[in-house]
Amino acid sequence: MDWLLNNIVTLTIFTPVIGGLIVFLLPDDEKWIIRRVTFFLSMVPLALALTMWFIWVDQFRGDPTFQFVQKVEWFPLLGSSYHVGVDGISLPLILLSAVLTPLAILASFGIEEKVKMFMSLLLVMEGAMIGLFGALDLMIFFIFWEIGLVPIYFLIRIWGGKDKVYASFKFFIYTMAGSLGLLLSIQIMGLSTGTFDIPTLMTAWVNIDQSTLANTAGIFSITTLKWLAYAAFFVAFAIKVPIWPFHTWLPDAHTQAPTAGSMILAGVLLKLGAYGFIRLVIPLFPELASTTAFILAWLGALSIVLGGFAAFGQWDFKRLVAYSSVNHMGFVVLGIAMMAYVYGINLNNQVDGVLAADAIMATNGAVLQMINHGLSAAGMFFLVGVIYERTHTRDLKQYGGIWSVLPVYGGILIFTSMASLGLPGLNGFVGEFMITSSAWNIFYAQVALSMIGLLMTGAYILKGIGETLHGETKPEWVGLPKMTLTEHVVIWPLMIMMLALGIWPQLMLSVINDTVTRLFG
Amino acid sequence: MDVMEILTWLIPAGPLLAFAVILLLTKQNRTLSFLIAWAGIITALVLSWIVSFSVFGDFLADLHEVEEHPVRVSSSIAWLPIGDYYGEPVGASFVEGMAEEAHGAEEESHGEEAEEDSHGAAEGEHGEKAVPDETKSGTWFRIGVSADPLTAVMLFMVPFAVFMIFVYSVGYHNYGNPRGKFLGIPNHGMEEPMFSRFFAMMSLFAGAMLILVVSDNLLTLFVGWEIMGFCSYSLIGFWYARKYDDPKKTPPREAAIKAFMTTRIADVVMLMGIVFFYRTFGTLNFETALSAESLQNAIQLSSFGAVGLGIMALMIFTGTVGKSAQFPFHVWLPDAMEGPTPVSAVIHAAAMVSAGIYLILRIFPLIAVALKAAPAFGWTIAFIGAFTALMSATIAVAQNDVKGVLAYSTISQLGFMVAAIGVGGYIAAAFHLITHAFFKALLFLCSGSVIHGMEHGAEHVHDHHSDPQDMRLMGGLAQKMPTTFWAFLIGGMALSGFPLVTAGFWSKDEIFAEAWYNWSNDANPIGLFVFAMLALAAFLTAFYTMRQLALTFAGKPRSPLAEHAHESNGFMTTPLVLLSFFAITAGWVGIPDNFLGTAKGSIFYNYFHHFVGATIYVPLEVLYNAEPEKLVLHEIFTLPWSWIPLTTSVVVALGGLGLGYLVYWRKPLEEGQPDPMIAFLTPALHNFLHNKWYWDELYRAVFVKPAVYFSEVVVYQWIDRGGIDGLLHLIARVFYTIGEWFRRAEIAVFNDAVDWLTFRFRDLGKEFRAFQTGKVQEYALASVLVAVIFTAFIYGASQGWFDGVLFFLAFGN
Repeated sequence: MDWLLNNIVTLTIFTPVIGGLIVFLLPDDEKWIIRRVTFFLSMVPLALALTMWFIWVDQFRGDPTFQFVQKVEWFPLLGSSYHVGVDGISLPLILLSAVLTPLAILASFGIEEKVKMFMSLLLVMEGAMIGLFGALDLMIFFIFWEIGLVPIYFLIRIWGGKDKVYASFKFFIYTMAGSLGLLLSIQIMGLSTGTFDIPTLMTAWVNIDQSTLANTAGIFSITTLKWLAYAAFFVAFAIKVPIWPFHTWLPDAHTQAPTAGSMILAGVLLKLGAYGFIRLVIPLFPELASTTAFILAWLGALSIVLGGFAAFGQWDFKRLVAYSSVNHMGFVVLGIAMMAYVYGINLNNQVDGVLAADAIMATNGAVLQMINHGLSAAGMFFLVGVIYERTHTRDLKQYGGIWSVLPVYGGILIFTSMASLGLPGLNGFVGEFMITSSAWNIFYAQVALSMIGLLMTGAYILKGIGETLHGETKPEWVGLPKMTLTEHVVIWPLMIMMLALGIWPQLMLSVINDTVTRLFG
Repeated sequence: MDVMEILTWLIPAGPLLAFAVILLLTKQNRTLSFLIAWAGIITALVLSWIVSFSVFGDFLADLHEVEEHPVRVSSSIAWLPIGDYYGEPVGASFVEGMAEEAHGAEEESHGEEAEEDSHGAAEGEHGEKAVPDETKSGTWFRIGVSADPLTAVMLFMVPFAVFMIFVYSVGYHNYGNPRGKFLGIPNHGMEEPMFSRFFAMMSLFAGAMLILVVSDNLLTLFVGWEIMGFCSYSLIGFWYARKYDDPKKTPPREAAIKAFMTTRIADVVMLMGIVFFYRTFGTLNFETALSAESLQNAIQLSSFGAVGLGIMALMIFTGTVGKSAQFPFHVWLPDAMEGPTPVSAVIHAAAMVSAGIYLILRIFPLIAVALKAAPAFGWTIAFIGAFTALMSATIAVAQNDVKGVLAYSTISQLGFMVAAIGVGGYIAAAFHLITHAFFKALLFLCSGSVIHGMEHGAEHVHDHHSDPQDMRLMGGLAQKMPTTFWAFLIGGMALSGFPLVTAGFWSKDEIFAEAWYNWSNDANPIGLFVFAMLALAAFLTAFYTMRQLALTFAGKPRSPLAEHAHESNGFMTTPLVLLSFFAITAGWVGIPDNFLGTAKGSIFYNYFHHFVGATIYVPLEVLYNAEPEKLVLHEIFTLPWSWIPLTTSVVVALGGLGLGYLVYWRKPLEEGQPDPMIAFLTPALHNFLHNKWYWDELYRAVFVKPAVYFSEVVVYQWIDRGGIDGLLHLIARVFYTIGEWFRRAEIAVFNDAVDWLTFRFRDLGKEFRAFQTGKVQEYALASVLVAVIFTAFIYGASQGWFDGVLFFLAFGN
């Protein structure tokens, strides 16, 4: 038991990777076995993540810094070590990844082509995501960041839709363009401080001055270095979130990806970017992030508004849902901007109580919104997949009257859409309310602008529901098969979580809040 | 937690539970489904009335005590953790504190007033609080329930009206008849195939409305508000597959979207207002935020003073404009009539649209401050209300759809209430809200009964083209449907304000009195404006009500549908009778203290005035007596007696009814005879009114179409596809071209040396080219470009070329 607890983060990261290898060793044509073994294997990290969660709730509420920490010497020459651990920000995200992966696996039981490879890629993907959330060393972080790219590239490239080649390359090159700068900046930081350890860097890199620098990489001026590294970090994570105008890879990638790929992409991968901002960009570049917070806030507001309009302009159901991610993640960005603004000033103890309270609420809201969007976006993509499997079209103009044929599906789609729309009582509202109300004091113009986006959220969600479910049933849709048991098993946990977090957000928020308040302590 | 608090918490639970149970478990069994819905609403009704009468009992026992402490029941729980850092971790006790806070928050609010106050204060101060409370586990956003006199009157009206409609719906959906086959369209004469779904949604609606009413804060009020909006959307679009041959008629699915989107425009502004409210007062709790001290503080601290609060009030008021269908957001409500008639009755007459008025009554101290801060705020509210009242009354005159007339009359009556708020008529608005809910629910249910009868006639003669809602095809229904006729007559009289007997008279009279007092006593021109506009609107109201009654019930049947119509079943007529009772008597509790100039309280006692007035008596009194200058225009007081408003309201009511009688009832329309209104108004004006002043067409051209164009073409095609992707593709293409030159140079220069390598690359290139359009190379080259630029930049930076610029960017000056 002790051994388990001492290695629990490592185990959560590597059990899915090992699982992926095991699946890869299974015989090719035993699809039935492969699917079930994969599903079973994905329950292991879920169990581990839940164990961490409950231990945390039970023991670490009073000390919400990094826990379950494990540090092993790994690459002493560089100053990099294998350092993992979780806190109240990363733990909910790890839990989200561990919950969504089994559901994504279940959702791909219908895949017939190269099942083995598909399933093992999903498991490797999960390991990379959890690894990234658990990483406390920049090198480790970057490695997981890059590893995470590969499976999703192949998922789109091999099992994708009509334009899969264009979409997968666009996705890959876009992200690589970000990674390039990220890698260089990580090198800069490592070279100038002699360590890649994130908690150490939070003081070492932040307080670095020209004299310390001279010993290691003296040809650079410190200001330039910080700006370069900040810009590179910013762009890398902005692409991943994605923040307008770095978002155009997203609709293509999501639309072309298979259902499970879209679920994971929207559910977890987008959160990597936002997590990068909260975990790295703001703590490592407090002054710069604070100075430029207003840019982030404007870009967030633009993401909300233009994402909303673009979603409303779509006639491809999946693309509509894809753009909704830009719209929703804009709120996360707005919350992050508020956090960035206050965090930088806070370091010099120049923050009054009101502003600190705002920042706490904004950061809480941003993290919660990440979870909320993960649940509702995964649900939406899954439901689009369900209807696509039956009708073989994503064109909204060709649907119509599906509700009469699939009444239960209709109810579920409306429920999930409403969670996505931010209907109070379901999860989406809480995060949006926290973010808008806390950002109001500083970024009132951006918040006011984002209200237009909130309006458009309603417009595109209703368009989606109206065009698919409502209207007279077209003859070609009469007799579509009902939702299968597997499909119900995928969507119900998501719906229950959406409802639970909407009614009683402190289920998750109290854990987040413990850590976030400490950030502004 | 004492019993009353538990009961208040449980009020919305019944219907919400019914919603879940019906959808998840009993959907297949229709009898069980509607019984569960009934059980839910009856529970809510009983609990509500217990709470309501207990508050009323307190009032009867000691008016002064209720004025001092209007919130009779109050309880809250910690809902959202919103921060505060606790210094060093305190280990186990800290965790225990957390758990206690999270799970046992009820224990903390033991109902003692003092403790409640301290909670409110803690929440209110969370912003300013520099030293966090070490013993507690942090600052929480608390939500809760409370009951004061205003809540009590709502709790009396809402569940009762909703329950009546639940009973009615069973009959309306032809319970017990053979089951209809078609989902999503009305199955005339057959049992509704989505019977259970209907009751589930209605239960959710009832639960949401009750959440809104018992909320002690703006956030949960907004939760109920939005869920109701969703229910309204679902229920308007209940017959989602229905379509019309006439392109001018809006099908239910479009009406649903229109309703949701129109109100959502208002709701996002309102949400902004809520955020503003939260940031100004540090809490969303009504009692804490809207106390006199809190308002005075806010006025002093706000950078715009009372005007800032006025802007906030207008932002929240925008929510009312949307929800209560006031100009310019009124366009959704008439189309909302596409829903089944019980939906129109409960959502678009009794409950949801009143929620908008309830909201501004809830925040009335804020509105009162705004009215004093600048006349512009009063003008805005009063103009919106009065203009809406008059405009929709003119439209109602020219409608032929029996529900359409009622829809516009609803908008018009809500305009009365809003206009009353604009002149500070808090109690008058609340009074009209309650009486209107009863008689308008009654009228809608009657019209549903009429339509039901007409549909029966249509089934009988196999006519599926005539519109059973068209009043021109009715006539003579008084003999065919006597119960409906008498109920409709009572409702109509109440709506017209038939003197002394009906509820509508007393509440409308109070609005007139309020407006007149503002003009006669304070020389406030808003008062005169409201008085004149509303008098005109009231005249038209009485006239179109008489027109509707006559067209529907008088004379001989004008079509085979009306010929074969017959009285509706008992499920439908029983609620009509019960609601008729309240349509008459609900007004008697609000007879002015000094009616007809009698000494105050000697004969008449205005229970409604004193009871509801107690809700905000103290805050307004303090603000009115504030030094150095008054912060509100009036406190809560009994209006001096005046004959002018009374005479006016009697004259306009009887005049309108009389004129309607002369035109429509004395000589009922013959079959095929055109409406005399057309000749009287001239066809052009009649068309203008009949087509609702062409607001729909205007909005479609100005807002809807541009929004679609902006989304589909500007944002998606131009910005995303053309601009951003275009730029990326351009970069890729430029460097592809450069790369091509390099390749040629390479071939020329290293002809032999790297022949082998080149061939390998070319093979690779062929493979890539097979993918499509060469984009692989484009992107690869783009990444090379990025690397080159980056390297150059780093080199430059290392030489210190950019230091000045970067320093400036980083530190400003």
